[in-house]
Amino acid sequence: MAMDINGTPHGNEPRPGACLRTFLREEGMLGVKKGCDGGDCGACTVHVDGVPVHSCIYPAVRARGKAVTTVEGLAADGTLHPLQEQFLAAQGFQCGFCTAGMLMTASTLDDAQKENLPRNLKGNLCRCTGYRAIEDAVLRVSTESMSADRAGACGDAAGGHAAGRLSAASNPAADSHAAASNPAADSHAASGHAAPVQPVAGQMGANPGAPAGRAVVTGTARYTLDVDPADYPGLLHMKLLRSQHAHARIVSIDTAAALRLPGVHAVFTHKDSPRQLFSTAQHELYTDDPDDTLVLDSVMRHVGQRVAAVVADSVHEAEAGVRALVVRYEVLPAVLDPEEALRPGAPAVHGDKDAAASRIADPARNTVAELHSELGDVAAGLAAADVVHQETYTTQRVQHTALETHASIARVDDAGRLHVRSSTQTPFLTRRALCRVFGLAEEDVRVVAGRVGGGFGGKQEMLTEDIVALAALALRRPVQLEYTRTEQLMASTTRHPFTIALRAGARRDGTLTALAVDVLVNTGAYGNHAPGVMFHGCGESLAVYQCANKKVDAKSVYTNTVPSGAFRGYGLSQMFFAVESAMDELAVGLGMDPMEFRRRNMIRPGDPMLSTSPEPEEDVHYGSYGLDQCVALVDDALHRGAERYRDAGLADLGPDWAVGSGTALSMIDTVPPRGHFAHTVLELLADGTFRASVGTAEFGNGTTTVHAQLAATALNSRAELVSVRQSDTALTEHDTGAFGSTGTVVAGKATLLAAQDLAGEILKVAADGSGAAAAKCRLVPGAVDCAGTLMPLADVFKLAPTFGRTLRTEGRWGGTPRSVAFNVHGFRVAVNTGTGELKILQSVQAADAGVVVNPRQCRGQIEGGIAQALGAALYEEVRVGPDGAVETDILRQYHIPTFADVPRSEVYFASTHDSLGPLGAKSMSESPFNPVAPALANAIRNATGVRFTRLPLARDVMYLGLKAAADSVGAG
Amino acid sequence: MDMNTIEEVVATADPAAWRPGDAWLAGGTVLFSYGSSTLRRLLDITEAGWEPVTITADGLELAATCKVAELYALPDRGDLPTRWTALELVRLCCDSFVASFKIWNASTVGGNICTALPAGPMTSLCAALDGVATVLEPGGASRQLPVAELVVGDARTSLAPGELLRSIHLPAAALESRVAFRRLSLSNLGRSGVLLIGRLAHDGGLVITVTASTRRPVQLRFAAAAVPGPGAAGPGAVVPGAPGLDAAALRSALDKAIPAELYHNDIHGLPQWRRDMTYRLAEEIRAELLGTPNQTASERA
Repeated sequence: MAMDINGTPHGNEPRPGACLRTFLREEGMLGVKKGCDGGDCGACTVHVDGVPVHSCIYPAVRARGKAVTTVEGLAADGTLHPLQEQFLAAQGFQCGFCTAGMLMTASTLDDAQKENLPRNLKGNLCRCTGYRAIEDAVLRVSTESMSADRAGACGDAAGGHAAGRLSAASNPAADSHAAASNPAADSHAASGHAAPVQPVAGQMGANPGAPAGRAVVTGTARYTLDVDPADYPGLLHMKLLRSQHAHARIVSIDTAAALRLPGVHAVFTHKDSPRQLFSTAQHELYTDDPDDTLVLDSVMRHVGQRVAAVVADSVHEAEAGVRALVVRYEVLPAVLDPEEALRPGAPAVHGDKDAAASRIADPARNTVAELHSELGDVAAGLAAADVVHQETYTTQRVQHTALETHASIARVDDAGRLHVRSSTQTPFLTRRALCRVFGLAEEDVRVVAGRVGGGFGGKQEMLTEDIVALAALALRRPVQLEYTRTEQLMASTTRHPFTIALRAGARRDGTLTALAVDVLVNTGAYGNHAPGVMFHGCGESLAVYQCANKKVDAKSVYTNTVPSGAFRGYGLSQMFFAVESAMDELAVGLGMDPMEFRRRNMIRPGDPMLSTSPEPEEDVHYGSYGLDQCVALVDDALHRGAERYRDAGLADLGPDWAVGSGTALSMIDTVPPRGHFAHTVLELLADGTFRASVGTAEFGNGTTTVHAQLAATALNSRAELVSVRQSDTALTEHDTGAFGSTGTVVAGKATLLAAQDLAGEILKVAADGSGAAAAKCRLVPGAVDCAGTLMPLADVFKLAPTFGRTLRTEGRWGGTPRSVAFNVHGFRVAVNTGTGELKILQSVQAADAGVVVNPRQCRGQIEGGIAQALGAALYEEVRVGPDGAVETDILRQYHIPTFADVPRSEVYFASTHDSLGPLGAKSMSESPFNPVAPALANAIRNATGVRFTRLPLARDVMYLGLKAAADSVGAG
Repeated sequence: MDMNTIEEVVATADPAAWRPGDAWLAGGTVLFSYGSSTLRRLLDITEAGWEPVTITADGLELAATCKVAELYALPDRGDLPTRWTALELVRLCCDSFVASFKIWNASTVGGNICTALPAGPMTSLCAALDGVATVLEPGGASRQLPVAELVVGDARTSLAPGELLRSIHLPAAALESRVAFRRLSLSNLGRSGVLLIGRLAHDGGLVITVTASTRRPVQLRFAAAAVPGPGAAGPGAVVPGAPGLDAAALRSALDKAIPAELYHNDIHGLPQWRRDMTYRLAEEIRAELLGTPNQTASERA
């Protein structure tokens, strides 16, 4: 016997170098997740003889003769472990990819360890939740009854879980955060709004848990690679050889040695590639992105680009094949910096492309897209200003770091149809892209997404599907490719780095007179999302302010670096960092409260929303407007927070600590432009429950719950009586995809329309069947009340054919007209001027999401957005070295926020009802990210007097910046 | 991650068994984290059965295979001499790992030292306590050297190929000293950017050990009695005058001991910040150990 797994002996012997995680998954324990493969994320945590270990760095041979427990073994005889129940009660997950590891860690903690969760959970990374819900789950808090108005009250002030042991030099007041959060048990509800109608359980405004919850906490939810090997007989594995050069032409690839190795089936090179150029970016209109990419190219444009693909019986044989490839390159001069890329004579990254055919603005000058506009007269506006602010702001590369890496499996069935199972936000668009690249008909390609382990925009790309399809079509065998965490960091996509030279002016009365930005966007080696991110970035960030004089000069340029791509916020987080920092500076220059300055200049209902065009977007409307409420909610909360600190005697943290507060706002269109389509099929089933088939993918965004709630509301049912099937091109006609925050407002709207129709159809059948007047029939959960007599829905189902009716309806929505959503963030911070340490004393966000479908879940989206934004504001940077290679290629070099880094945030919702969204709802998934970094920079400015213009605001950078500022004051 | 070039795992702690393409396997948390495309065999030393911790009148003997979790549990033992006040460093150093407590269930004291990261907290602990390493050589002999000299640079040790770290001896004299601990990181509970440990001996001698901010451990020794002459500073160098050591003298000693290029430069801290923080924390340690005798390291940590 090799080892005991969950009480069952397993006789297979692990390979000598295998880690325990791989062995356990081979033995069928698919709940054990591979997140980082380096011991950092904890998703693979299991118990060996009762002791928790990270199974990805535990030699499998060492577990011989021992007893291993995985998440599958946590529940006993079908009875959930208490922690599994707690994770359901608090919904301590979103995508759920980290959940097995969280459970296997938390289940070993004693009460003393639970007192210090920052320390004891720092080895478990979650990218979705921001950890509040996980803390609640571990500490046995149920959040089922949380209401929209109470959501804020539930988020206590001051960094509850960042208040663990800080570094040695930190002020002892750090530990007083806990004390400060007691006075923060602030029962203040969103002020000035009528109390909402008590929501009906399982309908709009209630908090049903995610339908996949039980599968997530038991480790049975099936992510992309959690497949039964029996479904993929003869499965082969692919590994990629990646370029070491930032710019090179392949002279030759000698595959002979690789092909001679045992287990190697094939090597694919540029000679095997289809010639169709495409973009990895996925949009409703493929013409939104330049055609500049091949499945396999003979020119390498960044370190990490695919050179060749080796397909073998196993991953380790494919790896050996990759090592055996001999490639000769002609190394070409490379350009790594976007400013240099624009200079005459700079190497042209895509100089071989035809501008018109590939839709590249100027390939010879590395310019993918550009935008020049002026509304009014900026020069005159600046001349009329009493205060002018001029500064250059810089944002860095950030990686999405979804815990599930890019992965897909392709197979060809007996009829010759291509099936691709992928970790994607856009199964339908990926199908279309595959058809275009390989010249296939849509009916011959099926793309399916299982549960997706996080997206954040990173999976609005086709990064693995094309190459596995190439191999599967050639070999007629199933082929799988899974990115390593290092591949994810060095060679997938990042947020676009922006350099924003900004000029803005204001009059003494607080009127914004001019706002001009000169924006340089680095799209890296490929132009996926280059135009879209640039245009969108310069949209709502400028439109949110009334200003007669606005000017934009923007370019998105190629460099020989890792490609940029879609990232939560889609250009807005970068632009709002600059714009909201500038608004703060103008207010400071005027001696005006920054929030008051914003109040005077931000758009009000009816104001045209203008950025780069003299006419507003014709399909964007004020479906509802809650920006004013958000500003007031954050302002009030910050004042209360300051009072709490004062009352608790904690306002003074000591001589080294400078305290201040700052705010920022943001706006986002609720749907991307130029069409976003969704299709829902809704059916009444024989057992009287409903089934929705939708296109949109579930990756922790919670849209599955939203679909169920919207349908349940229209059908006067409950969410748990509506099952949802999704993200399979064989189920529905078309779905543009789960991006652009469209899960609720587009896909949800399609479901709502289908449900409203179905409700009508059901009532007709019930009326006909019961003889009651149609007006006397109404839906109740599980039945139709026919003038006082209940007709179970199962009976309605049986009756329907009698009356020639099919209780199956369809809903479609095209994503237009669109509305606007708002987020405002506020921080109170303390900065240690002697060390650069930062303490977040209070974090507040107010959101205008219209009518909130599921307050608990929406709060989770906001908290997760705040946490991810804090990572981008404080720590994260994908660094590119002088040779063009990414240096931060493991999670120990690319620090994403841990439990210890994220404060609890207060979350408030504005009270608005959107006239365009489903049942009054608006989008709320990308946007909570956008105001966080500028609010933090403004708080630091307020505390220290120093304006930081580059992200991230790391402690070393802050310390040195404060020191330089002090020195220059001293010298002056 | 899988180490797919490994053909065999051999249970042995005999350096004579080592050949090129082999790596010593202790907890495996580093080898399996970084992976390898060249190693052929892993020599598993954890089955040698070395006693993790041995307590003698001379001090503590930590086996290279002592797990961090076992070390963390050490202060709970009832058979420790109460005068070993410096043992309060044990948990402070364990908690300086960026790795979580789960990793401690596998990773070892020796493994952390031999990985030789500037921020390796077992290097900080053992160097600060004047730990002496016993190294087994392929020929059957063994040699001893200070831990502060075993780690010679970022991920570089003075071990020859095939040599094996057997144990670390922490001398009783060091364990009996009063200590002060300071650490800074760019993130809460993150990897150390600067880690300083001060040790005040009964005779008044002060040792400040700088790790994390420098590529290798640097020790500043201030003798109890004034010793004439400034002396070249470096590991083990003696600088005069602990009882009267003032801030300026400390700064001057740091200037001499740590040239600019010795400050580490990576994503976990800019060298200028590491330098300034080294001076700041050293001064805090000086003030604590030579100024206010009642404050313990943990209170300040």
